[in-house]
Amino acid sequence: MAEEKEVMLLNFWVSPFGHRVKIALAEKGVKYEDKEENLMEKSPLLLKSNPIHKKIPVLIHDGKPICESLIIVEYIDEIWRGKSQLLPSEPYARAQARFWADFIDKKVFECGTRLWKCKGEAQEQAKKEMIEILKLLETELGDKKYFGGESFGLVDLVMIPFSAWFYAYETCCPGLSFEKECPKLIVWTKECKTRESVAKSLPEPSMIYEFVCEMKKRFGIE
Amino acid sequence: MGEGELKLLGMWASPYVIRVRIVLNQKGLKYEYFEEDLTNKSELLLKCNPIHKKVPVLIHNDRPICESSVILQYIDEAWSESGPSVLPTDPYEHAMARFWAVYIDDKMRSTLLGILGATTEEAKAVKITEAMSMLELLEEAFKKCSKGKPFFGGDTIGFLDVTLGSSLTWFKTIENLSEQKLLDETKFPELVEWAERFLSADCAKEVMPEVQKIEEYITVLKARSAAAAVASSK
Repeated sequence: MAEEKEVMLLNFWVSPFGHRVKIALAEKGVKYEDKEENLMEKSPLLLKSNPIHKKIPVLIHDGKPICESLIIVEYIDEIWRGKSQLLPSEPYARAQARFWADFIDKKVFECGTRLWKCKGEAQEQAKKEMIEILKLLETELGDKKYFGGESFGLVDLVMIPFSAWFYAYETCCPGLSFEKECPKLIVWTKECKTRESVAKSLPEPSMIYEFVCEMKKRFGIE
Repeated sequence: MGEGELKLLGMWASPYVIRVRIVLNQKGLKYEYFEEDLTNKSELLLKCNPIHKKVPVLIHNDRPICESSVILQYIDEAWSESGPSVLPTDPYEHAMARFWAVYIDDKMRSTLLGILGATTEEAKAVKITEAMSMLELLEEAFKKCSKGKPFFGGDTIGFLDVTLGSSLTWFKTIENLSEQKLLDETKFPELVEWAERFLSADCAKEVMPEVQKIEEYITVLKARSAAAAVASSK
């Protein structure tokens, strides 16, 4: 059976795209080998498994590589159907979930990167944009427990890894407070973190901040 | 599930819209088409896609679905009983089709627009090399995905076929304008034959624009961006 075959994840500990896959695998109770990649010196396995983009995460299932985190997560949902359904069954609800997952993918990380890489006006602009993005997400969340409604789903798992970066973003941008700007979203992050799959997959925000500081040194940013 | 009113907000030249129309045709679905003027977007478009304000938007029983790949998957799932499957049913092949579609969308736009917009011969040559590398990869992908059948999707046009095929007119137009053959039958024989099959398919024929119309449209776009550049430098 497909679900009994060997699973390996090629990952990099800080990547929110990798975290999505880890959370999905944990939600499904899948046993897998977690291989940490050194992105400065990519392994032959990574280069062979993702020759086009040479990026993580890559899921290798029964020897076959699957790349791109959103594609991997839907693949996981299809193969391990018995437990913790990530996408709703109804086509319109699925379309809405995919739309928001795509929105988060296009907007959050890129804007977040500008928050710590840029200074002055560019940083102010990134701050404004990030608040807009998060407020849109907050509106979409509404009064629901999760983006998925009563159940933790695709949009929740795609977004929650970025919450580990909030502390780093705030520390790099004095005056920025996500709690103040989007309190409901912060409540949602706390709810998600009570899930074992999320708690054990995400690194401590302080470690992300240390990583960001390292990267700033490397790029020569103050 | 798959009944009710269908509307599509689109723009005749957009590959993202064209691919949705081809799939709707393939599934035998009737829909009301609204041509958008992207310089003066309709209230309906702004209401249905307030976040991106882009086409295509499919409206099914008054509920909007945005983003072409989301729309294609929606059509596949809501009308799973009508006509051939848009995406492979095998989860791994499904993942592969989506992977290649993401790759095509990323690369196609940047290389084609790059060739078009190149201001020096060197810049153009770089983009042409990129286009050739992309086609090499796609020639291999075609062999793997089609497994000897006529389309990426197998016997019938599928997700990956429409993702790549919807840009074919732009491809041909840019070949003409840049005087550079890209889809060369000596280098990419399988893709060239696939393109001919795609373009002669009933579901695609009526929706694919003509090369001349795209050429005229490119002229309009260039004039518009030149005017905008002048206006913003004043």
